[in-house]
Amino acid sequence: MTNERKLVIPGEVIVTGNDYLPGEGTEKREKEIVAIKYGLAEESNRLIKVIPLSGVYQARRGNVVIGEVENITFNGWIINIGTADNAFLSLTEVPRYVNKDGLDEVMDIGDMVVAKIWGINKRGIDVSIKSRGLGKLESGMIIKINSNKVPRVIGKEGSMISLIKDETNCQITVGQNGLIWIEGKKIEDELLAKKAIMFVSENSFISGLTEELKKWFGGGEKIK
Amino acid sequence: MTNKEFIRDDGRKFDEIRPMKAKVGVVDNADGSAMFQFGKTIAIAAVYGPKKMHPQHAQNPKKGTLRCAYNMLSFSVEDRIRPGPSRRSTEISKITQWALEPVLMIDQFPNQVIDVHINILQASASTRCAGINAAIMALAHAGIPMKNIVSSISVGKIDKQLVVDVNKYEDSIFDEGEGATDIPFTFTGDGKISHLQLDGKISPEQFKEALELAKNGAKKIYEVQKKALKESLGEK
Repeated sequence: MTNERKLVIPGEVIVTGNDYLPGEGTEKREKEIVAIKYGLAEESNRLIKVIPLSGVYQARRGNVVIGEVENITFNGWIINIGTADNAFLSLTEVPRYVNKDGLDEVMDIGDMVVAKIWGINKRGIDVSIKSRGLGKLESGMIIKINSNKVPRVIGKEGSMISLIKDETNCQITVGQNGLIWIEGKKIEDELLAKKAIMFVSENSFISGLTEELKKWFGGGEKIK
Repeated sequence: MTNKEFIRDDGRKFDEIRPMKAKVGVVDNADGSAMFQFGKTIAIAAVYGPKKMHPQHAQNPKKGTLRCAYNMLSFSVEDRIRPGPSRRSTEISKITQWALEPVLMIDQFPNQVIDVHINILQASASTRCAGINAAIMALAHAGIPMKNIVSSISVGKIDKQLVVDVNKYEDSIFDEGEGATDIPFTFTGDGKISHLQLDGKISPEQFKEALELAKNGAKKIYEVQKKALKESLGEK
């Protein structure tokens, strides 16, 4: 198999032979590695996997996500991150002292929070806010895009998102579930960042999109 | 028994399928969607989910659930049909679900449900086949894992002649000799049967012929579905 990525449909044979291992979105049937999902087939270190291009967000360990506090229990918060199962943020995963009678003083129902998924099991998804950049969102705005477009918005090694941050002077956090938090000094900056993200997600199929976005920012300033 | 020179009322050969059209990503708000067309029969399928099953007592903690809803729109046929569920649409919903379930790998979605809504925009026989073809493409588009794609086709027997992909005349108007028999088949991409119905009568010998006809037709449909899925790269 070449390094080129190709679009496969379920049931399609990606490679034949025992030289490769079946990864996510694939299955081994006798000597063939077959796709079980619709998406792009990719090979790295002899491991074949299929990356889906559409569909609902599937939670994965290590993902940074943005969610809304939906309920408070005696030992933590229930957070809606857009998946079928709600996420649970335990009291012990908060890096500060919390009074057990005053959970709502730390985070109340309706608050937005940036969290990291550290475990997925039968009972649900466990999230944490123990690292830098995680925690309750106090100000700024939140926009929603298709979760499958998130890798394009971030770009190769974060190239796309750092371009948007530099051009708009905004702080941006992209959740893998498609929710994006933007905060700038002026509302105009935030709106420009929102427009830029929408431009990327609507034109996600174009190759060399970072260059296109640079041109877009250039044109945008001329109009001003 | 089958006359290979036979020309049908709409000018097709006995093994000729009506012009097919397929498109993926037709419903923006759905998680996955597709359109499939056989001549004048048009079906649109939209998939929502996997999402949490409600009501809670319907949840299955062992595996995910597939729920199909087939609906013929009131303007899809010449005489307006009464909108809403009917005996026929309930049956076809169930049949569609059974045709799709064998290939779907939904055991990894416990307590969750995948909703498939099939709407027939225009009907001229073989609507359940068009619906199944659209539904499986929509499910693939929604990122649901599955063993293979399925392709559905109907074979008809008009008097003693076997024909593939029956149209409205052959399905409900034709009544010469032995009358009309309609046999819808659904095949997986590797040639296994996931659904078969038979309404009418046919001899075991002729049934074998019908099976071969359907198998060859399903291969053509598979190619159309494959092409549509591969061409949709770049869209939603």
